[in-house]
Amino acid sequence: MLSPAETEALLLSLRISAVAVICALPVAIALAAFLAHRRFPGKSIIDGALHLPMVLPPVVVGYLLLVILGTRAPVGAWLLQHLGIRFAFSWTGAALASGIITFPFQFRAIRLSIEAIDSGIGDAAKTLGAGALDRFLNLTLPLALPGIIAGAITAFAACLGEFGAIITFVSNIPGETRTLPLAIYSALQSPGGEAEAARLSLLSIVLALIGVTLAEFADRRIRVFAGR
Amino acid sequence: MSLSVHIQHDFGGFRLAVDFTVEKPGITALFGPSGSGKTSIVNAIAGLLRPQQGNIVIGGETVLDTPSRICVPPQQRRVGYVFQDARLFPHMSVEGNLRFGWRRAPIQAEESEFARIVSLLGLESLLARRPTRLSGGEKNRVALGRALLSSPRILLLDEPLAALDAARKAEIFPYLERLRDEAKLPMLYVSHSLDEVARLADGIIIVKGGAVVAQGAVFDMLADLDISALTGAPSFGAVIDTRVSAHRPAEGLSVLDFDGGQLIVPLLNREIGRRLRVRIRAEDVMLAAEEPRTISANNVLLCSVSAVHETGVSHADVQLRCGRANFVARITRASSARLGLTPGMPVFAIAKSVIVDPQAQPVAD
Repeated sequence: MLSPAETEALLLSLRISAVAVICALPVAIALAAFLAHRRFPGKSIIDGALHLPMVLPPVVVGYLLLVILGTRAPVGAWLLQHLGIRFAFSWTGAALASGIITFPFQFRAIRLSIEAIDSGIGDAAKTLGAGALDRFLNLTLPLALPGIIAGAITAFAACLGEFGAIITFVSNIPGETRTLPLAIYSALQSPGGEAEAARLSLLSIVLALIGVTLAEFADRRIRVFAGR
Repeated sequence: MSLSVHIQHDFGGFRLAVDFTVEKPGITALFGPSGSGKTSIVNAIAGLLRPQQGNIVIGGETVLDTPSRICVPPQQRRVGYVFQDARLFPHMSVEGNLRFGWRRAPIQAEESEFARIVSLLGLESLLARRPTRLSGGEKNRVALGRALLSSPRILLLDEPLAALDAARKAEIFPYLERLRDEAKLPMLYVSHSLDEVARLADGIIIVKGGAVVAQGAVFDMLADLDISALTGAPSFGAVIDTRVSAHRPAEGLSVLDFDGGQLIVPLLNREIGRRLRVRIRAEDVMLAAEEPRTISANNVLLCSVSAVHETGVSHADVQLRCGRANFVARITRASSARLGLTPGMPVFAIAKSVIVDPQAQPVAD
């Protein structure tokens, strides 16, 4: 049904999205937990900055990454020289770009579900002898689980569709950075590639549908678990 | 185990400044109208509110002392807190909730203690359930068990019955009474209901406008006319601590002994020797200067007048002492003048009705 190149693009897309979501998740949870019940000057600026990738054109994000992490850019050159880490023109760079673009999806869902937890429950846990870390692990995390799962699945589905940031930052290299959207784009650029583009588009639609349905299902199941 | 509280806190527009000490185990009611600062006091004891100034000592340990900058965090205070809205953890079973504080206690109670509390509160059949599937009364019992199992040095109860209807309240009362009668730890019971206080409390601390205005034993305080003037509530009447002393099935009556005499009530289904709180409303007490001989009322007690307060245009409340018990009679000012009531004068009090609440009786084991 799929050609080897197409299968390669599918598997690459899944891998890049999975890595992107898994790496961004702890950051999103930590920031969401930190910001949920705190008030301090400048909070709205931090909040806005964390939502920025959602509203910026992805090409701009890709460009910024290139400027900072390109092999000749200061940070990128240092990382390559001292740690041997290269993001530019590599699938890890594609994962980084997708992770940044879809970060707000996770952050937002997790923060909303943490804010929805009744703060009185935290007070009750305090009087029962639970310290801050204990409360985070045994109350905040399990009670925010619906938001965490839903956020992660939505972010995963969005990662599968990332195009602008990837093509700008890590280019369109078959087997390395050519994910499904990039493969569709390439097929459309080559003569007689319409059938391939149509197949891959259909595949993308199916994947997106599975993602959204899973998110909805997980959310409902876990809400039952969390007793809400 | 004792508790001493001396705190001051300015909420901006409302100032809390209270000083009190609780020495004995049993239930001490923090009584006062809504907004008088009762919940802030218990929050300060639990460590959920940090007063601007003050000193709190629980069982010899200073948990707050602002001059020396001591403020022990709530999770290290070993204070049990039962909130009005129960605040159970929704993602844990009832057993998970009960074991939450139990696991975290510095000195973990024995497994047998866990079983004892579960059976004391009648929670056996609920252990596997989720809090969302419990009734209001069941939630409160679980919250109470959860707090007790954290091995607290003192138990704070913030209007645990306020959110419940009468039937649910009746369901909780016996458990709280059992807890009181076990008298293992001091309990501070926040309430604005004199009914609850009369049934449960051993002592009362009256809070008004952010300050403690009176403190004393429940049997003295409820019948004290100065106190009812202070709370602004009409006199509650008398609450009397009695013991069942005899049953007379042939006459359909039971006899209750109290410190000052006997009361006759309709036959009770209770063992002899059981403690029982009864209430006699001020409106149900008549006074006579001479002993009435032929009268339908069963309870005629020789008392001495300790105070007369005129309330409103036509009525007077008369505080009476009978042995060590206090009674209150509400009569008209005209009757008071006719009898010539003055403090120290002996009178006969005729109680038309003695309220014996079946729920106020100890539950048979």
